[in-house]
Amino acid sequence: MRDVFEGYRDSPSGAAGARAADEMFDDAGRPRPEWRALASALSELPAAELRARADQLASTFLDRGVTFDYAGEERPFPLDVVPRIIDAVQWERVERGVAQRVRVLEAFLADVYGPMRAVADGVVPRAVITSSSHFHRAAVGVEPAGGVRVHVAGIDLVRDEDGDFRVLEDNVRVPSGVSYVLENRQALTQVLPEALQAHRVQPVAGYPQDLLAALRAAAPAGVDDPTVVVLTPGVYNSAYFEHSLLARAMGVELVEGRDLVCRGNRVYTRTTAGERRVDVVYRRVDDEFLDPVHFRRDSVLGCAGILNAARAGGVSIANAVGNGVADDKLVYTYVPELTKYYLGEELILGNVPTYRLEIPAEREEALDRLDELVVKPVDGSGGKGLVVCPDASAEQVEDLRRRVLADPRGWIAQPVVALSTVPTLSGSRLRPRHVDLRPFAVNDGQRVRVLRGGLTRVALREGSLVVNSSQGGGSKDTWVLAGDESTDEVERIAVRPAETDLAPAPQHSASDAGPGAGSEQAQQQQQQHEGQG
Amino acid sequence: MLSRIAESLFWIGRYVERADATARILDVHVERTLADPWVDESAVSTSLLSVMGSPLEPGRTVGRRELLELLAHDPVSPSSITGALGAARENARRARETVSGDMWESLNTTWNALASGQWRAASPHRFFSWVRERTAVVSGLVDATMSRDDSWHFFVLGRSLERADMTARLVDTRAVSGTGSQWPLLLRSTGAYEAFLRAYHGSSTGAAGEAHAAEFLLLDRLFPRSVVNALEVAEACLDALDPVPRRVGYTEDARRVVGMARTRLEFQSPEDLLADLHEQMRLVTQACSAASEAVGMRFFPVAGAVSWTAGRS
Repeated sequence: MRDVFEGYRDSPSGAAGARAADEMFDDAGRPRPEWRALASALSELPAAELRARADQLASTFLDRGVTFDYAGEERPFPLDVVPRIIDAVQWERVERGVAQRVRVLEAFLADVYGPMRAVADGVVPRAVITSSSHFHRAAVGVEPAGGVRVHVAGIDLVRDEDGDFRVLEDNVRVPSGVSYVLENRQALTQVLPEALQAHRVQPVAGYPQDLLAALRAAAPAGVDDPTVVVLTPGVYNSAYFEHSLLARAMGVELVEGRDLVCRGNRVYTRTTAGERRVDVVYRRVDDEFLDPVHFRRDSVLGCAGILNAARAGGVSIANAVGNGVADDKLVYTYVPELTKYYLGEELILGNVPTYRLEIPAEREEALDRLDELVVKPVDGSGGKGLVVCPDASAEQVEDLRRRVLADPRGWIAQPVVALSTVPTLSGSRLRPRHVDLRPFAVNDGQRVRVLRGGLTRVALREGSLVVNSSQGGGSKDTWVLAGDESTDEVERIAVRPAETDLAPAPQHSASDAGPGAGSEQAQQQQQQHEGQG
Repeated sequence: MLSRIAESLFWIGRYVERADATARILDVHVERTLADPWVDESAVSTSLLSVMGSPLEPGRTVGRRELLELLAHDPVSPSSITGALGAARENARRARETVSGDMWESLNTTWNALASGQWRAASPHRFFSWVRERTAVVSGLVDATMSRDDSWHFFVLGRSLERADMTARLVDTRAVSGTGSQWPLLLRSTGAYEAFLRAYHGSSTGAAGEAHAAEFLLLDRLFPRSVVNALEVAEACLDALDPVPRRVGYTEDARRVVGMARTRLEFQSPEDLLADLHEQMRLVTQACSAASEAVGMRFFPVAGAVSWTAGRS
């Protein structure tokens, strides 16, 4: 090892300490088979050259406006220059596990907003479901077309010290991040063409078409050529870039709440030629803001009456309203039993062991060893409110203890998972940094398609286990390798010249008669987005 | 198409054209005040501001630095170059799924460069040249990558109305000029100088030159930046957007306003136009803003965000 890998294996710090497994190197410090080609390519690059390519990546993203809004400021989402490689054998398990997860959550949601059989049969307590803040009675009796409620899922996985993938949390409300999967691949194709050429990488560019097919399949019965729109909270939302990218790639309109009007259980867009009917709304607006008739009355981000229209079969909402109950981290602990109950199968990708803090015995045990655990709010997403106790101060842990005792249903606790590490550029050297993985699945009612790739998020600070973008996380391109016998189409190289221009873009709004910033800015920022926080 | 998107495209067209024309006007102004030592700079700057629609409160005067701050670098004023380009970029961001990727990227990189502040320190002439180049890139990409559908018509409509308005303002700056012949300078700033020389075979000097140049900038049917040409293009866009054949007249306010402004110019003798230049130009800019208003009423009637009021249940 020389040059960019120099000092790579000096002992890492942080809560995961030296327990974490590195994905590129085995314990003896040799590159694992699927990583060999990349490791040798990287060690042949001069450090300055690697740095230069990383800078080129950053400026490409700025030029193209690949940003997320954070506290009203557009920031580029840092993309690391080293991709993350997953071989065909490991991926096959991930794919089956994620698809299974979607199937079981679909069955669970259909039951929750229907007959509640799992409660009657004693698999899950009724109170666990009804006390979830995302269980919406307004969604009971809405029959989605084709029985699909989870049109898009993002299932967060981590690799433990044995290299096994486990599910950390489910996101079946408004999962975001897939745009970065598409953009990362495009950017890396330009910056590391020789490395990409040396592997057979599964392409990701087909995702928008799969998504569109699933959305069209979700149209109300009897509509033969459905009109699909993407509903965004607006430009100040942290995931606005993604909303516009998906709308563009699917060739459908990107609408805001004020563009929609609901009358007679039908939804219309306001166009220059009058009103046009909409059949499927792929909404990127949270339940709470979606319909002021049923939820927050002060919301200007949604469309008044859309939920009643969905109940009457006049429009389809994707993902369905009320899915958040399946994301609840207490419900998560019941997924192994639910899988046996609904599917008669064992979980392919296991859960992380979790303390149910509302059960006194488990709560006591967890509080005894609180300083070794990670504690999360059950309804949070995007790392909000999560506390890694080993890395927290004594006061923070005590404060957390008080909050858990005040609201045991609101929290779960888990042992610290030593997330695996992947080499990541730090200065002009590569260093191990912890990563997770969010594969995306699309359900069209016939089958669950898992995108062969996914969002690898990386904690850029040394030792940190928090990979969320709002907390200094970045991302990596995820290369899923095609198997030897695979005849799948693999990534083709298409190099596009990029300009360079470096400047952070400040907040700006036009102030004369043209449309500019409105007072809805705060609301657009306020609505949370899974995995963006 | 969505009213909101149509409105965004209309304004992108307006703002990009505004940035370009403002750069041209300021370029001429700076050159003139530097070249002519007898110019009363603060008086000229003050009247320029009022021609550009940002009059100062009475009694206040500005120097060149402040003028450039107001009309070139102010990041929030929609009548400054930086502000207009920022607003164009913001509108493109709201219409991301409609504008082409190339067009978005050109607006975005332009805005990134402005936001970095690197141009504040540059010489004004270099800055104006750069702005003209960037807006030309945007226009070229729009031309090459945008389908000729409604979104295109809204974009071109905005651009044409702004163009007629700005050419009229540019001609009007002649009235606030210092001494000497201004026409070559005005023609150069609209990029019309060579076209003008070819059209009039260099036969124009002195007073005749003035008349011909005014004629050219206002009335030439073939030159794309002339007021009449821009108004004609705007009319064609309005036709394309609402192609209902009528037996009698027009029901549409925008068509009426634009058509009247164009015919008023076309059917006046050039001498009368020149004699009453300031007032004539005021009428043109007034017509452009009335037309813009009428387009808004007709195509983007949903003003701003909705508000939802519900009683306590």
